[in-house]
Amino acid sequence: MGNLHILHKKLTHLDLLESESIHILREVAAECRNPALLFSGGKDSIVLLRLAEKAFRPAKFPFPLLHIDTEHNFPEVIEFRDRRAKELGERLIVRSMEDSIRAGRVVLKSPTQSRNAFQSVTLLDAIEEFGFDACIGGARRDEEKARAKERIFSFRDEFGQWDPKNQRPELWDLYNTRVHPGENIRVFPISNWTEMDIWQYIARENLEIPEIYFAHEREVIRRGSGLLPVSHLVTPKEGEKAERISVRFRTVGDMTCTCPVESVAANVEDIIVETATTRITERGATRMDDQTSEASMELRKKEGYF
Amino acid sequence: MKLPNIELLRFITAGSVDDGKSTLIGRLLHDSKSIFEDQLSAIETTTRKRGLSGVDLSLLTDGLQAEREQGITIDVAYRYFATPKRKFIIADTPGHEQYTRNMVTGASTANLAIILIDARKGVLTQTRRHAYLASLVGIPHLVVAVNKMDLVDYSQEVFDSIVEEFGRFASNLGLSNIIPIPISALEGDMVVERGENMPWFRGETLLGVLENIEIDHDINLEDFRFPVQWVCRPQSEQWHDFRGYMGRIESGTISVGDEVTVLPSGRTSRVREIHTYDGNLLEAVAPQSVTLLLEDEVDISRGDMIVKSGNLPELSREGEAMLCWLSEEPLDMRRKYLVKHTTKTAKVLLNRLDFKVDVNTLETEEGISSLSMNDIAKIGFKVQSPLAADDYRKNHATGSFIVIDEATNNTVAAGMLMQG
Repeated sequence: MGNLHILHKKLTHLDLLESESIHILREVAAECRNPALLFSGGKDSIVLLRLAEKAFRPAKFPFPLLHIDTEHNFPEVIEFRDRRAKELGERLIVRSMEDSIRAGRVVLKSPTQSRNAFQSVTLLDAIEEFGFDACIGGARRDEEKARAKERIFSFRDEFGQWDPKNQRPELWDLYNTRVHPGENIRVFPISNWTEMDIWQYIARENLEIPEIYFAHEREVIRRGSGLLPVSHLVTPKEGEKAERISVRFRTVGDMTCTCPVESVAANVEDIIVETATTRITERGATRMDDQTSEASMELRKKEGYF
Repeated sequence: MKLPNIELLRFITAGSVDDGKSTLIGRLLHDSKSIFEDQLSAIETTTRKRGLSGVDLSLLTDGLQAEREQGITIDVAYRYFATPKRKFIIADTPGHEQYTRNMVTGASTANLAIILIDARKGVLTQTRRHAYLASLVGIPHLVVAVNKMDLVDYSQEVFDSIVEEFGRFASNLGLSNIIPIPISALEGDMVVERGENMPWFRGETLLGVLENIEIDHDINLEDFRFPVQWVCRPQSEQWHDFRGYMGRIESGTISVGDEVTVLPSGRTSRVREIHTYDGNLLEAVAPQSVTLLLEDEVDISRGDMIVKSGNLPELSREGEAMLCWLSEEPLDMRRKYLVKHTTKTAKVLLNRLDFKVDVNTLETEEGISSLSMNDIAKIGFKVQSPLAADDYRKNHATGSFIVIDEATNNTVAAGMLMQG
């Protein structure tokens, strides 16, 4: 027994989180009829892909990858997304918000408006088109207080809506995956991971991530409490001026509302050090759309957002 | 890069708002520097809006808009913080109505429970209820945090008499390993910092206990249990003959060459390989997720359990359990439900109600014919196909189950198996 005890001792918090996530992924595969894994090219979904490799290799993934493209994404991230899917030899389905706009299902106030909230429409359309009964996503409970109260297997009604008051109790690791036709489940295998866990895992597994996560010189505008990257969608308003500084992104998403942070972190080790000492939450620093009201995420989730 | 060797501890806080539970969680997060500036400035604004000054730490665990509007609290919120020694997951459950359902849910994965007692009020009915539920769900470690010591002049006598009363009650429940700590969540004494008000107390601070308590023995390393989740057959050129059984080792250990039995069929074989993405292992241990390859072609599918041949669980079509009813719709004993136990789902008939437990008085009531939400009862059941199971007290993973209503697909009950 002494020997085995030492072996168990060697399992770290990352080993335990990883094993839990693998267990969840295998439960989805076994119990859901037609799942899909949401892959955006962002760091959390990159970790999800490694976990899926650990869960299912040497076989192929028992689900396709799905990306809902706002077409406001950073080009480096889209290039990375396509390359990674190809390296893995897995099927990638991309559904674009332009399709929803053309079909009249999304009406934007202006072409440069943030598209984050409207992803829900395209996502729900894709779920219907392919008949997905479960979508696996890389959301974490430490991101936001609406997420803190969400289940690992989060049930959605036939309108794709989350009802926070009416969630199934989730006990031990026994997940209830049953749905009626038309309903579906969002599954969050990395619910219990924090931003720090993600970076430590990226370091441990030596995972490649898009370049924009590392410090680089970029033209930005200071707006509100954040920095906005200058692009064809975002240009200085009157009274603002663009400046060139060293930044990195803590999250990647819609270019019009994802803010970089000032940073000189050139590699994952530097990012871990910065993450350990930062005094601002991940979404607080980087998401303009979460700052519009205290309940922004909660409201978006009720509409079918991840 | 060398990563620190950090352990993971999950705990639950039991107590109501009045006991200072939110303030305690806020204090733990704040003093361990897990609160970010934007969160702090948000609660400063809210504190001011409510006409108060300073920072009300309890607002850190404030809920969703849906909760504020309707004056309800959603059952369980998860919070995270870390120190250089451990990463912590807090299951934060609200303390009032539906408490049984919420606490059982939050407690099911916890290593430790903090039971909060208001020093001015002492051991109350709800304290007994919390302690009973902690013992029912089998939480290995219990911290009794006597809070609001600042309001009783940090009196050692008050603390000692509460601890003594709690101890008498807890020993009746078979609870051991109880750690009492006097604290003031509001002032911060004995939470993260010792403070200077209770020099008479020699024990560790609350965070010290959370960081240092031995949790290695919480997991059962004796009985190898491997419920099969998924059978891996790549059928590719390279992996032509590969047939692996994927799952998580729920308890015990396994080595290459070990003789195993597959349940319910009873067929035996030996472990040929322990496959993982990072290479093959010679031995593996709970709770690792691995893929097992056996020497013989045995028919195995999801829902089967692989165990070591010398150490079998009970295989039976019927059993007894403590059941916690979670649904607003009461139990209907005429109906069949579904039971999910490990990776197996089967039809179940809950055909015997022995007694119900009053969680406030611990008195039992016999002659009952139904269960409603928050009821806890001893029941008997029959399953359509046999379950390979252990007593819950010996093995949480193979001793627990949930009950699902096939008509609504809701999870309606949680059960803990009793054997022998």
